[in-house]
Amino acid sequence: MLTKRIIACMDVRDGQVVKGVQFQQLRHAGDPAELAARYNVEGIDEVVVLDITATLETRQALAKTIDAVAHRIFLPLTVGGGIRSEADAAAAVEAGADKVSLNTAALKEPGLITTLARRYGSQAVIVAIDAKRRDEGFAVYVRSGTSDAARDAVEWAREAESRGAGEILLTSMDRDGTRSGFDCEMTAAVASAVNIPVIASGGAGTLEHFSDVFTRGRADAALAASIFHFADTGVSELKRYLRSQQIPVRL
Amino acid sequence: MIALIDYGAGNLTSVRKALTALNAEFTTPDTPADCARCSALIVPGVGNFAATAALVGSWRDAIGAAVRSGTPLLGICLGMQWLFEGSDEAPEVPGLGVLEGRVVRLHGNVEQRLKIPHVGWNALDPTGGSRILAGVEPGAHVYFTHSYAAPVTAACVASTTHAEAFAAVVERGNVFGVQFHPEKSSDAGLRILGNFLEVARGC
Repeated sequence: MLTKRIIACMDVRDGQVVKGVQFQQLRHAGDPAELAARYNVEGIDEVVVLDITATLETRQALAKTIDAVAHRIFLPLTVGGGIRSEADAAAAVEAGADKVSLNTAALKEPGLITTLARRYGSQAVIVAIDAKRRDEGFAVYVRSGTSDAARDAVEWAREAESRGAGEILLTSMDRDGTRSGFDCEMTAAVASAVNIPVIASGGAGTLEHFSDVFTRGRADAALAASIFHFADTGVSELKRYLRSQQIPVRL
Repeated sequence: MIALIDYGAGNLTSVRKALTALNAEFTTPDTPADCARCSALIVPGVGNFAATAALVGSWRDAIGAAVRSGTPLLGICLGMQWLFEGSDEAPEVPGLGVLEGRVVRLHGNVEQRLKIPHVGWNALDPTGGSRILAGVEPGAHVYFTHSYAAPVTAACVASTTHAEAFAAVVERGNVFGVQFHPEKSSDAGLRILGNFLEVARGC
């Protein structure tokens, strides 16, 4: 049986892992390759490296960081942040990324999703959606959460799928870094609207939050950062808990 | 020296890094004739079966000749599918045809939310008696990402189920294939790659 995936996200700035709250107040969490190696031993299923300042400072994802991480772990590795062109994606893939995550660029130029899906396959193209609740819907933001994209998350996820995205990485900006639980309603709304896997992100704080997002939230995978970086919750402890809740995981 | 065949279907960086971690000596041959000088062949690949059209002709002939002479061959993902006669994904492109059967599209199951592509970690159900799976626990999880798969035939030494059972690992003589990505499957995957390297060393 296909297991639910637990994904560790490393927000990287200047070659170091950092983590903020609601996209602000960054604090340091260590060296990306060292952290990735620790997660591998603990049984993490995938690793995401996000160059969080890339969009704002117009930098490409850090090839050196990707290369260092890819030498330490033999797990699916996704790279995002500042991937705006086919050339940016190719640089990330050359450095060792298995998948690239598009955010701002996908909304600005949706054809890039199709271009990359044709070149690398849909499985290599993740569309990342940062969204906040607004009225009855979920408003999409771009440029590291600083700019309202005037799109709804459910509708944009559907379009991304039709253009060739292989997975959706859905981050609740309301919950990011708060450890108050995933936004299960938003995750379920998107997961029910598309036929590709949805990775839930933003708000992981307890073991129960993960079981919630896999059941009520209908997520295929759950991504977290600070809860793993600061070793509050070990990956193996989380997986044993999920299995005790009859949620299939790789142990 | 192992020949890692680069035919433009996906990126070889991950496979190269895994082989390096296992201390394997490998090269990416420039011409089909170079295959004859290598002790083993690895055909990787991600994406559409149509990409294997790049192998039709002299590469297919050279790899086929190497296999007939007993050179160990490992096909990974699309490279495993290519070992069969062909695929419904690109019916006009012939496979290597060293294994009988055709690759078909997985169906999934909408009610059970078993989506296609099949992406993620799933369990191996070994049928026993395999060199490439030596030391791999039954039920070990490995990382898949694919929409098409080969049928469970006599060459299948481990199946995986995603709404339906398909061939996850095939083995016949010195021909091996894995539908998943051993280079992305952590310790279980490195073990499987290591087993292939052992076979290659023994030849």
